[in-house]
Amino acid sequence: MPRKKDIAVMDEVGIEVDGDMSDSDDGATPRRGNRRGGGGRGGAKGRGRGKKPASDDEDGEDEEDEEDEAPRGRRGGNRKRATKKRGGSDEDEEEDEAPKRKRGAAKKKKGKGQDSDEEEEEDSDAGRGRKGKKGGRKGKKDDEEEDDEDDGKGKKGKGKDKGKDKDEDDKKKKKKKDGSSSDSNSNDDDEEESMSEGEIARLREEVEEKKTLIANIRNKPWRMKRRLTHLKEAQAFVDKFEGALGKGKGKWARKWYAYKVMMTKKWIKFQRDFENFRTACIPWERKIKEVESHFGSSVASYFIFLRWMYGMNLVLFGFTFGLVVIPEVLMGLPYGSIPRKTVPRAEQETAQDYSVLMDFNGYCKYSVLFYGYYNDQRTIGLLKFRLPLAYLMVGIGTFGYSLMVVIRTMAKNADVGGGDGEEGEFTFAWKMFTSWDYLIGNAETADNKYASITTSFKESIVDEQENQKDENIHLRRFLRVLANFMIICSLGGSGYLIYFVVKRSQEFATRDDLSWYEKNEVEIIMSLLGLVCPPLFETIAELEDYHPRIALKWQLGRIFALFLGNLYTFLFALFDEVNTKLEEEQAIKNASIWAMKEYYANFSRLMNDSEATPPPMDPSDVIRGPCWETAVGIEFVKLTVSDIQVTYLTILIGDFARAVIVRFLNYCWCWDLEAVYPSYGEFDISGNVLGLVFNQGMIWMGAFYAPGLVLINVLRLLSSMYYQCWAVMCTNVPHERVFKASKSNNFYMGLLLLILFLSLLPVVYTIMTLPPSFDCGPFSGKAKMFDVIMETIDLDLPAFMGTLFSYAANPGLIIPAVLLMVLAIYYLNSVSEAYKNSNNELKKKMQMARDEEKNRRNNTDSTNQVMKDLEDLLPNRSLAPPPEEPEPEPEPEVKPTKTKPGKGVKLEMDVTLASANPNARGPGGRPPGPRGPGPGGPGGPGGPGAGPGRGRGRPPPR
Amino acid sequence: FFIISCHCTDNVAMSLQDCTYFTRKEILRLFYRYRDLAPQLVPLDYTNHPDVKLPYELIGSMPELKDNPFRQRIAEVFSDDGEGNMTLDDFLDMFSVLSEMAPRDLKAYYAFKIYDFNNDDFICKSDLEKTLNKLTRNELTEDEVRMVCEKVIDEADLDNDGRLSLEDFQHMIVRAPEFLRYSSGNLLFTI
Repeated sequence: MPRKKDIAVMDEVGIEVDGDMSDSDDGATPRRGNRRGGGGRGGAKGRGRGKKPASDDEDGEDEEDEEDEAPRGRRGGNRKRATKKRGGSDEDEEEDEAPKRKRGAAKKKKGKGQDSDEEEEEDSDAGRGRKGKKGGRKGKKDDEEEDDEDDGKGKKGKGKDKGKDKDEDDKKKKKKKDGSSSDSNSNDDDEEESMSEGEIARLREEVEEKKTLIANIRNKPWRMKRRLTHLKEAQAFVDKFEGALGKGKGKWARKWYAYKVMMTKKWIKFQRDFENFRTACIPWERKIKEVESHFGSSVASYFIFLRWMYGMNLVLFGFTFGLVVIPEVLMGLPYGSIPRKTVPRAEQETAQDYSVLMDFNGYCKYSVLFYGYYNDQRTIGLLKFRLPLAYLMVGIGTFGYSLMVVIRTMAKNADVGGGDGEEGEFTFAWKMFTSWDYLIGNAETADNKYASITTSFKESIVDEQENQKDENIHLRRFLRVLANFMIICSLGGSGYLIYFVVKRSQEFATRDDLSWYEKNEVEIIMSLLGLVCPPLFETIAELEDYHPRIALKWQLGRIFALFLGNLYTFLFALFDEVNTKLEEEQAIKNASIWAMKEYYANFSRLMNDSEATPPPMDPSDVIRGPCWETAVGIEFVKLTVSDIQVTYLTILIGDFARAVIVRFLNYCWCWDLEAVYPSYGEFDISGNVLGLVFNQGMIWMGAFYAPGLVLINVLRLLSSMYYQCWAVMCTNVPHERVFKASKSNNFYMGLLLLILFLSLLPVVYTIMTLPPSFDCGPFSGKAKMFDVIMETIDLDLPAFMGTLFSYAANPGLIIPAVLLMVLAIYYLNSVSEAYKNSNNELKKKMQMARDEEKNRRNNTDSTNQVMKDLEDLLPNRSLAPPPEEPEPEPEPEVKPTKTKPGKGVKLEMDVTLASANPNARGPGGRPPGPRGPGPGGPGGPGGPGAGPGRGRGRPPPR
Repeated sequence: FFIISCHCTDNVAMSLQDCTYFTRKEILRLFYRYRDLAPQLVPLDYTNHPDVKLPYELIGSMPELKDNPFRQRIAEVFSDDGEGNMTLDDFLDMFSVLSEMAPRDLKAYYAFKIYDFNNDDFICKSDLEKTLNKLTRNELTEDEVRMVCEKVIDEADLDNDGRLSLEDFQHMIVRAPEFLRYSSGNLLFTI
């Protein structure tokens, strides 16, 4: 590829010189033909004189030609770059710019028209025209020297240029001609033929070129007027000459192009619409964006997390209601048919009281919301729906699904987060130049966009300041250790306090003479801890002086640890309750069985009938057990509901009332309420996230015992979304240092996973070990809840499945499977570790390459300055003796003592030849440093062209 | 009315089609939009290439531009006189460059011109400051502005001359994810 580029650039050079010679643009075609012929002859002569060892070999010469011209080509290319950089943006001024640059532009003239960046193409026409008159310092000089020179020397290079025309085949042809002419030492006949052929080829080329111009004229950053003019010219040209060449497809091509454009446009539009549609399908996207634009991505990350939770809970809700609750309501026995579905007689008086219902007793307790309501019939309804099995499966499936989703999301986020690191290359630049959305056509959206751009700049500034912070590392470390020590102390202290209080409450449980405080000691201590500790942690965290994002993570982790104590006490109390209930139940069960036995005994004795019919008793009068599952479920529901109440009230009082007071009392207060003390609240990210996480833990634990809990949770999350969005937008102020959330919410997810695991344990424990209540729930009458699976396997599946399952449950099979999994985990882990290492390695390399490139550019630039100065001196210097020849001359017959005007050009030749090798090395890999000793180095500019050419040697355009 | 204008603009439209990324229909639509900005100024008949310019006040009040912080710059860059007064050609040019069909190089080139407030062919610090203040409505403190500008130059300036050349700018912007996505609104109008 570099090679090809070289050729292309070189051709440009050739044409440019051509243009120089021929003063006018289009009318010059015949003359060009002449030139070309002359060139061919010149080349032939030059070569004839050349007599170098390999000169017979055509290919070898070909190679050499390229190498010869490469430096010039590069110069052209460099000029081109320079021009583009400096003047390219202003075409109108272009006309008046230094001829030097014009030359650079002109060089591009014949570049392959397809490249859209060849914007100067037309400039070159103008430039070329003027160059002849005005006489660009450089180009002009070249010209003159060439003209003055006796044919061979200067034209040799040109001829070769000519020979190597843009068109590949044309070039080949030309080459052949050159070769033949070199053999036969220039015949006039040959020359004539080449002229006409060349002319046609040239014409064809020109037409093609104009056509590409027509096709690409849209891509040129010109004024419309210029575009139209050029278009007209080009079209006229094409129309004029196309017929001569026997080609006429312009109109169809244009129509085809129009069709293509239309289709592409439609496709793009469809894509955009689809994208919009997809965005519109994501709920609350606009709400969250609005919050994000004012409060930063960290606050938005909470809402995104909330939305994610809502989605997950919606699925859980679908499972629970679709497979358990709705079937039970539709197909199960109606309320009042059996004891478990009836409110007991003693409670019927108060069953509809508001306070009772609010405690989820009364009708609530004996409703479909709780475990106890479900019947233990194996199948219900016409569809023979296996409700108990479904119940168990949904209970387990809830956990399975949650685990899967959490882990999958974490993995996906990790993927996204992976690309997070090296994005920093152009953070600010991209923000600055690409953040405005030009499609915004509405003032409100624009306001939001302004806010979000400002916020995101602030976020990045905070990050940047954090990077720049140079600090006393020892002091910082000491402070961090100190802070952690203090926090561990307070965590340990509160842990012990909880333990102590729970222990004491167990003691109190046996006594009756308790004061109010003693009764509620655990709750009071817990809420006090929850009230005091988080601010305390936050204060201590000030010592650490972490970046706010990292500080948030620490804060989350610490409060999480504190709240685990909460969870622990709660579970502890719960298991106590369950155990007492179990004992109580055992007694009742025995009693009722005994009563039943009595009844049946009496019944059969009286009726003399062994057929057992249930006692004629109203279902509400039947003696029943405490049904610990429902009790647990009620406990969880109550907890969730009170949590909702507390959260919402906190927002209402702590944020809204505060904001109202601060806002309106500020008019008549002695100090500035808004600025000084109470001020407005900030959005408490850590508290809210943890609230959400622990709430979800409650749901997971409670959903098995209270299917209705899932519904409550879904409603809570839904209302929470709107309520909190409203609250944050109208009562809170952004954080002092708005910081960017880590792209992946994986820390939140990690906490969620931990909670999921912690809540999985008690539920699985109860399912596997505790006996279900004998008279309520879908598993009543079984020794263990999971017996329902055994039953299904035994009764519903073919016999071999049973044996299959028993094999699968064999420890001999399970242990190797576990072993295999552990090994697989180990293997995958080490593989990922290796990948990570190589990734880091690559990143480092990329960084190094970037730095290097930057450095190189710097060097080039400074060298450039030197070279520019030298260039200015060149007219005088061209007469100076040539610099040391770095390589043996490939052309021995070049005599250093020639006529003076010719010297410059000859030297140029020397230099170009001498520098053949560096170019052959490949234009890409040329280091900038060792330019000094090169032929064009400061030691003595080899010739008018070569010196600057080398000096300008930037890395070639990619 | 429609037929007449169709007929009159036919030739023009043909060549305009080649010069923009629009189909004939879209060019006509844009022409009507242009005309609707000032029906009393713009004639229906464009065969004679009347020399009509709409003042910036009218151009800047279009829904596409009116909320854009860079509207003045956009109008200036695309207008012939550099003051934001646009002829129909300029108008079409603007929409063409900002259409979704325009290649990124072209967009980048014009983006560079838009951000180059003082027209010196380099985005220097003062240009960056202006851009930033427009983007954030002067909400950042001076220190922050200075820091951001330094960072931008530090990131994107490859030849260390303390300002961004077109080359630097293109090198930086064609890698921007926002710039790569078709659906993003960066430098994009719809008609």
